[in-house]
Amino acid sequence: MQLTVWTYEGPPHVGAMRVATAMRGVHYVLHAPQGDTYADLLFTMIERNPARPPVTYTTFQARDLGKDTAELFKKSAREAYERFKPELVLVGASCTAELIQDDPAGIGQTIGIPVPVVPVEFSAYQHKENHGASETFYRLARACTGNGAPRSGAPADPKTCNVLGPTALGFRHRDDVTEVCRLLAQLGVKVNVVAPLGASPGDLARLPDAAFNVVLYPELAETTARWLQKTYGQPMVSVVPIGVGATKDFVTRVATLAGVDPAPALSGMGSRLPWYSRSVDSTYLTGKRVFIFGDASHVVAAARVASEELGFTVVGLGTYSRELARDVRAAAQKYGVPALISDDHLEVEETIAALHPELVLGTQMERHIAKRLGLPCAVISAPVHVQDYPARYSPQMGFEGANVLFDTWVHPLMMGLEEHLLSMFREDFEFADGAGPSHLGAHAPKGAVTRGESSPHAGEVRAAAAPAALAPPGQVAPTLLGTAHVEASEGAGSEPAAITSPAQPSAPPKQEPPAGATVSTWTVEAEKELKKIPFFVRGKAKRNTERFAQERNIALITLETLYDAKAHFRS
Amino acid sequence: MTACEVPTKVERPVLRERGQHEVFCGLTGIVWLHRKIQDAFFLVVGSRTCAHLIQSAAGVMIFAEPRFATAILQDKDLAGLTDANEELDRVVNRLLARRPDIKLLFLVGSCPSEVIKLDLSRAALRLSKQHAGAVRVLNYSGSGIETTFTQGEDACLASMVPELPQAASTAPELLVVGSLPDVVEDQFQRLFERLSIPVRFFPPRRSTSLPSMGPGTRFLLAQPFLADTARRLEERGATRLAAPFPFGVEGTTAWFQAAARAFDVSDDRFAAAIEPAAARAKVALQGAKQRLAGKRIFFFPDSQLEVPLARFLSRELDMQLVEVGTPYLHQEHLSAELALLPPDVTVSEGQDVERQLDRCRAARPDLVVCGLGLANPLETQGLTTKWSIELVFTPVHGFDQAGDLADLFARPLVRRTRLEV
Repeated sequence: MQLTVWTYEGPPHVGAMRVATAMRGVHYVLHAPQGDTYADLLFTMIERNPARPPVTYTTFQARDLGKDTAELFKKSAREAYERFKPELVLVGASCTAELIQDDPAGIGQTIGIPVPVVPVEFSAYQHKENHGASETFYRLARACTGNGAPRSGAPADPKTCNVLGPTALGFRHRDDVTEVCRLLAQLGVKVNVVAPLGASPGDLARLPDAAFNVVLYPELAETTARWLQKTYGQPMVSVVPIGVGATKDFVTRVATLAGVDPAPALSGMGSRLPWYSRSVDSTYLTGKRVFIFGDASHVVAAARVASEELGFTVVGLGTYSRELARDVRAAAQKYGVPALISDDHLEVEETIAALHPELVLGTQMERHIAKRLGLPCAVISAPVHVQDYPARYSPQMGFEGANVLFDTWVHPLMMGLEEHLLSMFREDFEFADGAGPSHLGAHAPKGAVTRGESSPHAGEVRAAAAPAALAPPGQVAPTLLGTAHVEASEGAGSEPAAITSPAQPSAPPKQEPPAGATVSTWTVEAEKELKKIPFFVRGKAKRNTERFAQERNIALITLETLYDAKAHFRS
Repeated sequence: MTACEVPTKVERPVLRERGQHEVFCGLTGIVWLHRKIQDAFFLVVGSRTCAHLIQSAAGVMIFAEPRFATAILQDKDLAGLTDANEELDRVVNRLLARRPDIKLLFLVGSCPSEVIKLDLSRAALRLSKQHAGAVRVLNYSGSGIETTFTQGEDACLASMVPELPQAASTAPELLVVGSLPDVVEDQFQRLFERLSIPVRFFPPRRSTSLPSMGPGTRFLLAQPFLADTARRLEERGATRLAAPFPFGVEGTTAWFQAAARAFDVSDDRFAAAIEPAAARAKVALQGAKQRLAGKRIFFFPDSQLEVPLARFLSRELDMQLVEVGTPYLHQEHLSAELALLPPDVTVSEGQDVERQLDRCRAARPDLVVCGLGLANPLETQGLTTKWSIELVFTPVHGFDQAGDLADLFARPLVRRTRLEV
């Protein structure tokens, strides 16, 4: 048994749903108990799909278990076919149905549905969502090509490719496909089939007609691409075009396979990222300590962008995709950091807390962890959230994708800068310490921002909104600026309350472990000086100074001690 | 699938259906139950699907480490049940070591744990002994094969009934049963005080303050989905006060009235205590009534709140009921409610979602109350929808929430009229 509070991936049948929902003309008949229909809302609410996923659930109950659940499956499958008239029926079982062993795969073959019936079977107590999606896509590709039947007709045009991997409920798949197809068009390469997203079973039958395959999401499509390579001799492009460098590599690889000139795609304006990154206002990004977590391919790509294109320092990276752990380990080695291979979000949280990064690039899970730790964060990978389906065009891939990465990764750091400036001016009455951040509390109730006062209310506003902060060292803070190099965020430690429903009270904040007993005391001047340090590093500076004092048996911390400690930890 | 009309005891035809049920399972109740009982932890013994369900139903709310988790069964747990029990003990011990603030632990059964017949009641006994004095361990099933959505709360509360201490006296005392938002509970408490009725609430906010019960206990159900809990309370000698449920002015008044009668509160005193709140609530309904009167509404089955809510919308806001679907119709607990429904409405129990969608599209109601899986697809087809789950997560009981409850139904219609895109 694995104790799990939150999961990065759903069960494998949700992966199968992602493929079925992405395609046209496919209907999935799922042997599953009542309640498993919750999965529909992932598609209708998170992705805002206008239609229900093409899934029929048997929704058996306890009273059915004593009777004939296999019969219920047959009936559901026949009725689903009659109602939806799909071109192809997928059949399978969710975790509970797997246990009752009705063999939907076997039944599917015998119920006389006049279209192909493709069984997908998983080991639900072992595998997860991405495996389910990958396996389903592979089974469909095999089934639709007559199990790899030899291709007839003229040899494939070398300038044609398939684009493999995008599914429903994917992280920016919709826009990545548009961006990659645009790149391919610039190169004069024709897209034969995009799959699974938007493809019909008939389209999958045409997969062998392309000269090569572009694999956008290895987690979802590498298995299929390898099989196509083996069966039809189609080489694959497995460079994931996230970031300027990777996009250039991608273009070069595609051009080589297609026998075309890469120049048209490389010579254009490309991305603004290189210039924005070289622009002097980006100097403060130098060496920002970044922690990266997500699915394997996004993590590996993000590490390269962070390191080579934004000048960050990768202090840790990891993935929940055990299938591709090797790639992430290799990347970790390149950056000289350990790789965290785990799907336990508590372990991820501990790692982040221990590393004190200045920026977290992760999933929605890490966004919440970062919020709790008061760290800036940008989301780079599934699992998805309604926020990951922006109304605007927002790819991760290609040159436009690189622009998006620059904006979304740098923005949280800029917000931190604003916070910092506010705290610098806190002696000014408009910016009193008790006033909330400008983007939240600019019009806080009168009295909350008057000089020298900080009402409890204003304090709450601040505490709740404080997290998004991170300062650019070397750029702004006066006197103790150097300590801003120390990565911490204690000042923002108060935890936002969980809001699960307006009906219920908020959670009691998690108690921080009590700080170690302090033997040193602070002089008034030193304490005053400490307050000049930006709030988000103040706690760290205080702790460092106290540790410094304790180690040297200094009972009274003076201004001198403070600066001695600063110099010590700087060195 | 088969749909047949069967006359029932209340002489109202009920359309009973058995097909695809588009509903949550009982595990979903953990999302509000763990907020209500603040020193309780809910450990689902289930699959990755269970964990994924709760996280999807809860939204990605990871601000605090929640007081629920899933012990995900893995291949090796299925191979041998002895091992599964050892594994469960290990997981529980780890959990309790991490969370010393927990005083009550629920082991929550799921579809897979039920199918492999993992005996959680024995596990609860075993673990209760191990942690005696520190943590009480109970169990119930929230599995989809046995429970639909709010039935999970019923199963949870029913598991707590044997734990209620025996009252020292036989003096009459009122117990309000069903989890209510604290704000509503406080309002009810004040009104009962004005009526001089001694009242306790179940479930309590802390497991260490379980209400006692005895032969003098009279109980009022605050929720319509508590069949097993009510039965167990009755088995322990408590008496259920039959009443409509406290939604809207009429329902809330009748609900308090049932208590007032049982506790011999004079009419004058009742009027003095209740009328100000009732009058205020009537005022609060006026805005929504203008928008909702005459509008046709269709309920898909979800929480078992459908019948009382339909009664409120029909009688206090003049809405027309097209179909009132409910996952389970408890004839006895709902008899007062059913009697108040207009005669021409279709009441349906169970579900065949495809057929029900056909009926809904054919009826073209002005407002459809349905789950999150159906709402956007119906909106795409030009229908206006209200997410039913919000009715469970929002304070909607009692006088001072009547206006809010009406607004929940009015808002989607108002939005429709505002938007010009």
